Amino acid sequence: METLDRSGIDALLTALRERGFTVLGPTVRDRAIVYDELRSTADLPVGVTDEQAAGSYRLTHRGDDALFGYTVGPHSWKRWLHPPLVRLLRITPEEGGQGFTADSSDPGARRWAFVGVRACELAAIGIQDRVFLDGPAVDPVYDARRRGVFVVAVNCAQAGGTCFCASMDAGPRAREGFDLALTEVVDDDRHYFLVEDGSPEGREVLAALPSRLATADEVKTADRILESAASSMGRSLEMDGLPEILGRGYDSPRWEKVATRCLSCTNCTMVCPTCFCSTVEDVNDLADGAAERWRRWDSCFTTEFSYLHGGSVRTSVSSRYRQWLTHKLGTWIEQFGSPGCVGCGRCITWCPVGIDLTEEAAALRESDRALHA
Amino acid sequence: MESPKTTETLASPGLDPMLPRPFVLKSIEQENVDTWTLELEAVDADGDLAFEPGQFNMVYRLGVGEVPISISSDPTRPERLLHTIRSVGAVTGGLCAMKPGEILGLRGPFGNAWPVSLAHDSDLVFVAGGIGLAPLRPAIYQVLSERRRYGRVVILYGARSAGDMIFAEELETWRGRFDLDVQVTVDHATGDWFGHVGVVTTLIPRAGFDPTHTVAMVCGPEVMMRFTVRSLVDRGVASEGIYLSMERNMKCAVGFCGHCQFGPSFICKDGPVFSLPRVERWLDTREV
Ligand SMILES: Cc1cc2nc3c(=O)[nH]c(=O)nc-3n(C[C@H](O)[C@H](O)[C@H](O)COP(=O)(O)OP(=O)(O)OC[C@H]3O[C@@H](n4cnc5c(N)ncnc54)[C@H](O)[C@@H]3O)c2cc1C
Ligand code: SF4
Ligand code: SF4
Repeated sequence: METLDRSGIDALLTALRERGFTVLGPTVRDRAIVYDELRSTADLPVGVTDEQAAGSYRLTHRGDDALFGYTVGPHSWKRWLHPPLVRLLRITPEEGGQGFTADSSDPGARRWAFVGVRACELAAIGIQDRVFLDGPAVDPVYDARRRGVFVVAVNCAQAGGTCFCASMDAGPRAREGFDLALTEVVDDDRHYFLVEDGSPEGREVLAALPSRLATADEVKTADRILESAASSMGRSLEMDGLPEILGRGYDSPRWEKVATRCLSCTNCTMVCPTCFCSTVEDVNDLADGAAERWRRWDSCFTTEFSYLHGGSVRTSVSSRYRQWLTHKLGTWIEQFGSPGCVGCGRCITWCPVGIDLTEEAAALRESDRALHA
Repeated sequence: MESPKTTETLASPGLDPMLPRPFVLKSIEQENVDTWTLELEAVDADGDLAFEPGQFNMVYRLGVGEVPISISSDPTRPERLLHTIRSVGAVTGGLCAMKPGEILGLRGPFGNAWPVSLAHDSDLVFVAGGIGLAPLRPAIYQVLSERRRYGRVVILYGARSAGDMIFAEELETWRGRFDLDVQVTVDHATGDWFGHVGVVTTLIPRAGFDPTHTVAMVCGPEVMMRFTVRSLVDRGVASEGIYLSMERNMKCAVGFCGHCQFGPSFICKDGPVFSLPRVERWLDTREV
């Protein structure tokens, strides 16, 4: 474990840029913390924090100069790895109608350094890795974008109002999948970072920074901070037996109840860092007769999502909410070996009517107990 | 319970699973008022065309869209590639309106197969409704190519009316064979129909197979399949011996788009063929 001063973070961003990375990280825009390109640490949300609750998000000042004193906002890293809109193919018919050539290059791919990746987000990237890379097929878009990413994780010193990563075994401390991991310490008289390396490339970058070996006291301070974050989660979710409860709860009246509130707006699926569903749209280039196929994020909350000729399969809002929740916390495990939720709380915060999946899961567990006791 | 095996053809790393291969429409033949059978030929003549009965391709009409369509030809003669398509919307309509010589794209084959070898030495009953005969036809060809390995083979086919049948001539030929029991029914009889009238499930109680030694393969509209499996189970066929081919909206066929989920299964990579116990619970639940 090494220690880096506040100024060391500027050195880190510079070092990453010099190694050819496009550096992305948190920044304030439109009164929210989003991810975008960082030119310097001045672009970070310095001294800003977020107050999150079901259906509400607000930025305030912390009263210090912390660089990472907040949790996650509406963006997640899937914007870059599994972009909201990407061209899959450009098909050009050959002269004389003898076939076509297909261009599947992805000009949007860069070597990115993601700075400020939270533990839950690392877990979410791990989940999407299993969807897009673990077969039987490999998604070339995700694969190419994912491969070169340099991850600077930031351990959470405080939990957000809608967080429950501790329940999902996904945080608040990043354990693997990063190149470097930072823990920020803002004391009365000192502002510094503990740095842990998680890969050979991370070690190389760290070696070029003005760091020194961390003292036992510094390490202990950081541990204490992370422990207090773990015990101050805004929410919790009991996963034990939940997949089975969901599996036998398809007829629960709770689905109708949540459907009276759910607007089917798709916000929860758009902000979720693990939701991966997409659709493909066809576009024609009238100028040269080429046809393009674009992939766009889709959501199981739309009626069109389950369309078969003659009508949609999931016409009711209750069946769509049920599809989403049973997938996230139940069937996902059978499909990919873990739940499709890391406890980041985004879907709770950004739901316009404040629907809370931890509350829904608890209610389903309760009515299951009543039925099967 | 043995589940049908999956072949991993296109879906191997290194290949872009979304990249279509150019094919040329060799011929197109009308089956009935809204259904056509398209014969396709690879532009790169030496490409592999092997498939297993029950597998499907993603068929791409340039600039219009791409849809899952089962292969309807003979797996023992993969060089002759057929798809039988019912024109129900933009893409299927566009495909059915194509002219010989025109180019389209194809990805696949995807999905698992009808477990034909599981039925060796037992009776085999195919139950098809409407266009559902198309995904079953390769299995029928496969069985006929090694006919002596099976007990009694029964084909039960239901269509809305005589004019809505597909492969009518072939059904006629099959009906003439001594080693096949082919029964056809229509929901609504028109003037020139002298055969059985009623939904396909009405053929099940008296069909000539031994329910205790029977494998059933079922494909058709979901309601038809729901009633069919019920009749088969009532007749005494073990649910482990009943297989159905499921259908959901599908955009990618390789498990990325999320559309084709049916409970815990992805129709594209876990199916489309499922044994009844794998899907029964979801088949009986609304809006899954
Ligand atoms: C595994 C599988 C095998 C199939 N085999 C055949 C076959 O052999 N012959 C045949 O005629 N049809 C088959 N279908 C159904 C066929 O894919 C649909 O009829 C077709 O997608 C309709 O597209 P469209 O654009 O013409 O219709 P529209 O109604 O315009 O469809 C719009 C979109 O909805 C989706 N969609 C609509 N209906 C279906 C549907 N029934 N299944 C899946 N997606 C749908 C498609 O993604 C389509 O792009 C099969 C479906 C599946 C899943
Ligand atoms: S389901 Fe909600 S809490 Fe779970 S990962 Fe997605 S957005 Fe975060
Ligand atoms: S749960 Fe909330 S965010 Fe999700 S679709 Fe319903 S209203 Fe929108």
